Amino acid sequence: MTVAPEQRSVVVVGAGIAGASAAEALRREGHHGPITVLGEEPCPPYDRPPLSKDVLRGSREVRELGLRDPNVWDDLGVDLQLGRPARSLDLRRRRVLTDTSETPFDGLVLATGAVPRVVPALVGHPRVHVLRTAEDASRIRDQLTGARQLVVIGAGFIGAEVASSATAEGVDVTMVEAASAPMTRNVGQTVAKGLADLHQRHGVRLICGTTVVGVGGMQGVLLELSSGETLVADLVVIGIGADPNVSWLRGSGLDLGDGVLCDASLNAGPTDVFAIGDIARWPNHLFGVTMRVEHWTNAVEQARHVARNLSHGLADPFLGSRYVWSDQYGLRLQAAGLTAETEPTLLVDALAEGRYLACYEKQDRIVGVFGAGMAKKLARARALIEQRTAWAEALEILSDGVSR
Amino acid sequence: MNTQISIDVSRCVGGGQCVVAAPEVFDQSDEDGTVILLSEHVGVDQLETVRDAARLCPAAVITVSQEAGR
Repeated sequence: MTVAPEQRSVVVVGAGIAGASAAEALRREGHHGPITVLGEEPCPPYDRPPLSKDVLRGSREVRELGLRDPNVWDDLGVDLQLGRPARSLDLRRRRVLTDTSETPFDGLVLATGAVPRVVPALVGHPRVHVLRTAEDASRIRDQLTGARQLVVIGAGFIGAEVASSATAEGVDVTMVEAASAPMTRNVGQTVAKGLADLHQRHGVRLICGTTVVGVGGMQGVLLELSSGETLVADLVVIGIGADPNVSWLRGSGLDLGDGVLCDASLNAGPTDVFAIGDIARWPNHLFGVTMRVEHWTNAVEQARHVARNLSHGLADPFLGSRYVWSDQYGLRLQAAGLTAETEPTLLVDALAEGRYLACYEKQDRIVGVFGAGMAKKLARARALIEQRTAWAEALEILSDGVSR
Repeated sequence: MNTQISIDVSRCVGGGQCVVAAPEVFDQSDEDGTVILLSEHVGVDQLETVRDAARLCPAAVITVSQEAGR
């Protein structure tokens, strides 16, 4: 007996932006069958991007970050099971196991996000934090209040936003980055140099090419650097990236290299089993590259895409352009596409004045863009990337109205 | 019948998908990319493009209702 796609039961594992968006999108696509969402954290789905900004600056409380009105999940007929992390997946019997339950599924959406990396030497110190959850953010906010010195390890988006929020609160910030400049591996040397200047202009002491090798201190933190220098801090925030949260899937039979390996439609191998968000690794035909993306917008887009494929029995490829934004020092930085493979051409180079536009080329196409304070151009560039526009044509369009 | 469009700027992530989809109805701030509603009401001829814009918005900021405005 076959059940129509829109009547089957779907289990979504993960209640972050990816999982919550998938549940919502399934209903919007006309899925009538039961939807169960298993979430690890005890609180209803909330928005993480404000954690490093509004929450650290005290302008919003974590309880104000709910993704939707709490009643929405009931109204949508979504069975939200919170504080119930999935422990394993039995693909033969098609069941997700938690500590206390076994949930059968016809369709499965894996959306368990990522786990922040830690510096092993620093694990367990009460004033050393990572920033992923609302709980992390509340703890950092508490210690930041009245703090004089913060050390941020890692100059990626999270580290930079924490540094920006802390300087705005009058805290002295030192940032320690292992690479030669911030986000070199994500945006190339040219943009990385600009980001380094941005931090320094806002009073952050940036130490590059250096790692943390030891920790001590009781009231505060004493950090021993690979350079031999010792830093003193009231608290430390680590932002050195995250790993896909797939350890619970070991032994399930899924292909777990870096995340869950999927096909172009985000199918993870078995029928009607999909992965989305931070854990999904898939061949993106827009760029001809197999990638994994840890951005908010990508998670939403993949959730909607999979909801559509699952509800209508489709296998359409996901062709996302990986848009991302970051708010730092009063500037909104935005990027899309591939920004790591080649050095960009700068169409506008005035980051100090809050305007910046860098475009990336590959195989004679525009494939990436990074900008600040030029949101309209950036949206246009993103559209050109999605349309696979030739490099020369894209540059001509984007140069219109700007002096190079 | 009139179409009423409303936006919740506080949740906008500034990606500009709506501007690309329906440039006659939506604009965005150059500074941070947040949406600017150019027209609260549109005719039937623009209804589909506005609905596309609402569907594309990752933060579901745009609401399109078919009732006449208050």
